[in-house]
Amino acid sequence: MTASLHDLTLLEARELLERRQISSLELTQALLARLEAVEPRVRAYLAVTADLALDMARAADQALAQGKGGPLTGIPAGIKDVICTAGVTTTCGSKILQGFVPPYDATLVARLKAAGMVLLGKHNMDEFAMGSSTENSGFFTTHNPWDLAAIPGGSSGGSAASVAAGSALFAVGTDTGGSIRQPASHCGVVGLKPTYGRVSRFGLVAFASSLDQAGPLTRTVADAAQVLSVIAGHDPADSTSAPREVPDYNAALGRGVKGLKLGVVREFFASGLEPGVEAAVRAALAVLEAQGAELIEVSLPHTDYALPVYYIIAPAEASSNLARYDGVKYGLSLRSPQGDLMDMYLDTRSQGFGPEVIRRIMLGTYALSAGYYEAYYGKAGQVRTLIKQDYLEAFQQVDALLGPVAPTPAFDIGQKVDDPLQMYLSDICTLSVNLAGLPGMSVPCGFAASGRPIGLQIIGPHFAEETLLAVGHAYQQATDHHRQRPPL
Amino acid sequence: MKISAAEVAHVAALARLRLSEEQTDKLTEQLNDILAAMDRLNELDTSGVPPTNHALELTGAMRPDKAVPGLDHQRALANAPASDGQSLVVPKVI
Repeated sequence: MTASLHDLTLLEARELLERRQISSLELTQALLARLEAVEPRVRAYLAVTADLALDMARAADQALAQGKGGPLTGIPAGIKDVICTAGVTTTCGSKILQGFVPPYDATLVARLKAAGMVLLGKHNMDEFAMGSSTENSGFFTTHNPWDLAAIPGGSSGGSAASVAAGSALFAVGTDTGGSIRQPASHCGVVGLKPTYGRVSRFGLVAFASSLDQAGPLTRTVADAAQVLSVIAGHDPADSTSAPREVPDYNAALGRGVKGLKLGVVREFFASGLEPGVEAAVRAALAVLEAQGAELIEVSLPHTDYALPVYYIIAPAEASSNLARYDGVKYGLSLRSPQGDLMDMYLDTRSQGFGPEVIRRIMLGTYALSAGYYEAYYGKAGQVRTLIKQDYLEAFQQVDALLGPVAPTPAFDIGQKVDDPLQMYLSDICTLSVNLAGLPGMSVPCGFAASGRPIGLQIIGPHFAEETLLAVGHAYQQATDHHRQRPPL
Repeated sequence: MKISAAEVAHVAALARLRLSEEQTDKLTEQLNDILAAMDRLNELDTSGVPPTNHALELTGAMRPDKAVPGLDHQRALANAPASDGQSLVVPKVI
């Protein structure tokens, strides 16, 4: 039993804790031992908070002994380094924020702590969440636990790799264009991006404010429901968070798919989709059909335009958000004896940001600059409307949409690093979901011939997380891809 | 649309970035590749289509007008590269 505590799902661990068959201290020590064993190969963590974790575990054991356990009491987890943790460094994978210690917790972190989570540390990511492989991290690249030569996906690559490797029982990441779903798919774990506004963005370091959303990375869909129940909900500190009741996500798991109409998105199966990915996703569709879902082919005609729209809107918002890194308030500050304020801005930003962040700031600044604003940002906003309308029309006909998460399994480290446009294409099936503000989830649905995992994407109408969870859970009841563990 | 090296240098100045000549050349090439992919949007007639700036049209988020504690000086300045204990300190402006 104790030999494999790190292989437990969140809910399995919770049951053992509740029954007092294990203590949180034992569980946390087991996870820290696993972390130490795999971390030299996987490199998922930017910071490990071992002492804090052990303190939190002891407090959790006390709460459990008093019968005061919450939904996550004593469960060890990691948080993506773009999410502020009071007293624990938060760098966003950027040298410009190296050593930054937030003075407060993000709202979602405060909620996780109140629910009893044990914090193991902060997960590696592409710098400022810009990337699909963690190769843009300002510090190091995370390796895919299924194949150390492969990228783990990104930008929440450290989080996905850590959950797959057993160095965390769950993680919370963020998704601006696929950054939870794509790494979850590549690492064979579940990744849920909730509806825009479902989870508070207060304390998330902003990348693209109209697209960013935080959500869980877990081993099972049932685990994702458990974490979402904790982090979802209105927050007065985030004016874009939705003032809506949080439904009982755990109760939604048992609904099944019988009678559900599920749309198969024709454009997601277009050329460029690797045959092995198509075969695994089609097999998953057949599983859901056999369980009583009705499959209906649907079209999202503006799918091909999501990439240009995204790569105008996201960099435009980023160029504005990242103006705050100026060497004045926090983070890197390069000041020369003869230099003035402008020199400080220029030196700090040029040396603090990595190449992809500079590329996106440049692209966004250009798209917003005088003479180009209407042609780029204005036009992109209009096409965003058409993309959203495609989805809303599809949801008149079906309860949820299905397709692949990424057109290929994880690619090799180094393969796309010199070709930004090729890298951007790896998010082709996920970007439009953020543009429309919809919830989307990646569920493991098999492996390529290379042994690298493949994910099924389930997309729902606004605030239909319950439907995604019901479909995903039904699928996991009939399959065992999520029970496979990487050969680490 | 094509972007020239001179325009790249201008945009870099707007974004408060100092680029080497080599960086400027490489970015000019990469941005032109990316902008060529963007130009596909012109295939679509969007006349009369309103823009979407936020996926969910939330407007006028209101909360009670009640004072709540914010960050105190000490915590707000804890990450400051330079401060005098009360204010942030920066190099001379003029």
